[in-house]
Amino acid sequence: MITLAWLYVPAGLFFAAVALRSALDAANPKRLGTAAFWGLMALSLLAGDAIGDFGNGLIVLGLAALAGFGLIGRGSPATTSEPEREAFAARLGNRVFLPALVIPAVALIGTLAWSYTPLGATGWIEPKRETYVFLVLGVLLALAVIFAWLRPPALAPVEEGRRLLDAIGWAAVLPQLLAALGAVFAAAGVGEIVGAGVRGVIPEGSVFLTVLVFALGMAAFTMVMGNAFAAFPVMAAAIGVPLLIEGYGGDPAVIGAVGMLAGFCGTLMTPMAANFNLVPAALLELKDQYGVIRAQIPTALPLLAANMAILYLFAGLA
Amino acid sequence: MTWLPLLGILIVVAGFALRLNPMPVVVAAGLATGLLAGMGPVEVVAAFGKAFNDNRIIAIVWIVLPVIGLLERYGLQQRAAAVIRGFKGATTGKLLLLYLAYRQLTAAVGLHSTAGHPQTVRPLVAPMALAAAGDPSPEEAEKIKAMTAATDNVGLFFGEDIFFAIGSIVLIQQVLAADGYVLAPLELALWAIPSAVAAFLIHGARLWWWDRRRAAR
Repeated sequence: MITLAWLYVPAGLFFAAVALRSALDAANPKRLGTAAFWGLMALSLLAGDAIGDFGNGLIVLGLAALAGFGLIGRGSPATTSEPEREAFAARLGNRVFLPALVIPAVALIGTLAWSYTPLGATGWIEPKRETYVFLVLGVLLALAVIFAWLRPPALAPVEEGRRLLDAIGWAAVLPQLLAALGAVFAAAGVGEIVGAGVRGVIPEGSVFLTVLVFALGMAAFTMVMGNAFAAFPVMAAAIGVPLLIEGYGGDPAVIGAVGMLAGFCGTLMTPMAANFNLVPAALLELKDQYGVIRAQIPTALPLLAANMAILYLFAGLA
Repeated sequence: MTWLPLLGILIVVAGFALRLNPMPVVVAAGLATGLLAGMGPVEVVAAFGKAFNDNRIIAIVWIVLPVIGLLERYGLQQRAAAVIRGFKGATTGKLLLLYLAYRQLTAAVGLHSTAGHPQTVRPLVAPMALAAAGDPSPEEAEKIKAMTAATDNVGLFFGEDIFFAIGSIVLIQQVLAADGYVLAPLELALWAIPSAVAAFLIHGARLWWWDRRRAAR
């Protein structure tokens, strides 16, 4: 059966190749730090299950130190110039989109085939991980198509990938680190403490204010944790179940679903949700690392108010 | 119960506010939280390492970078821009409105991982949105790129929960089931629809307004 562990191998090899090429890139003044950073990521992906929890902890400390001391730089991998790209675009026309569409197409068709045909019962792929497996398959297929059609230099995939990875820098690792922080917070009982604190501020008998604190609490705690998944069990246990459902007789389906979505409004407003908010800023080479968050706040705030209204009106609380 | 473990949250908030590098800030917050909750130093480092290892799936998306980079080498962004310039009536707002609807609808049927910032926003949608604006100033280009990423996020967040077999729906179901409220995933997914409509109306109105303001100038 193809499991997630298989997928870590191609990803790990990519990071390893980037680390090697970084070490040899004389144009990068911080080439050794850069190589060490991506090398640690390769080690984590390729050998994470073999080196023990403390070993992985040392990888985390190493990654944080390299980023914190500013030891990661940008290399200058070989690529085409702007006029060359214009010329390619004119010559290749819209066919250049096809390899790009191979990835989503394979992920889409594969996921659908595995979910709605007897293929899903074969047990060839770890359940619930189909999309990731087909994503990687799509990448391999797209690379094959590009090589057969355009015949780039053999090292081009590594060098072009390195160009983008260097542009993203440490932001490429931050989301994983934040997910780990969430787990440490949970183990330390941060959720229970916050839940108890929030319950203390609700005035008794006001349904509307309870809805308000529930939705605001979801959004605010999501902003702190970077993830609505971490906030939901806390707010459900503190307010959702004891007050809204049991105290005021609200509909659990509405309170559960819309409560989570109130948390998603918080996700739009926090740098802690790095993969949605900071990574694209790096990927699009924005000058302001909080530019995406700034663009989202005017949507997130009215949407949070809309979710409060939906909770109040449709959960049978009004 | 002690409030001390919350100090970790304070470290994170202060770190982001001071714009320090988030990597060491996050690690410091995790270590402080664990130590204040009574774990030993080795235990905290191991707990952090285990959680990091358990979340490696997040790093898998970067495997698309070699393909995107190769296609950029052959003029992908330039071609995407040329396509949009070919449409006479194309505007940034209309284009992003279309992408918002596409992202919400595909996420709602479970195809949330088929688009995203590395896969579609950087190589395709952002160059298209820039081209639709004609010749934007550097400040305006910055705003357009940020709005493109924002549109992807809004579409994803307020589409994916309509699909019943997604992590957040499963989580809601499990949390409420533990308290004796057993709900079908489909019931929960259904109640994600009003918020999805609200998201489309609010973000869509901003995009429509964006075009209006630009046309006025």
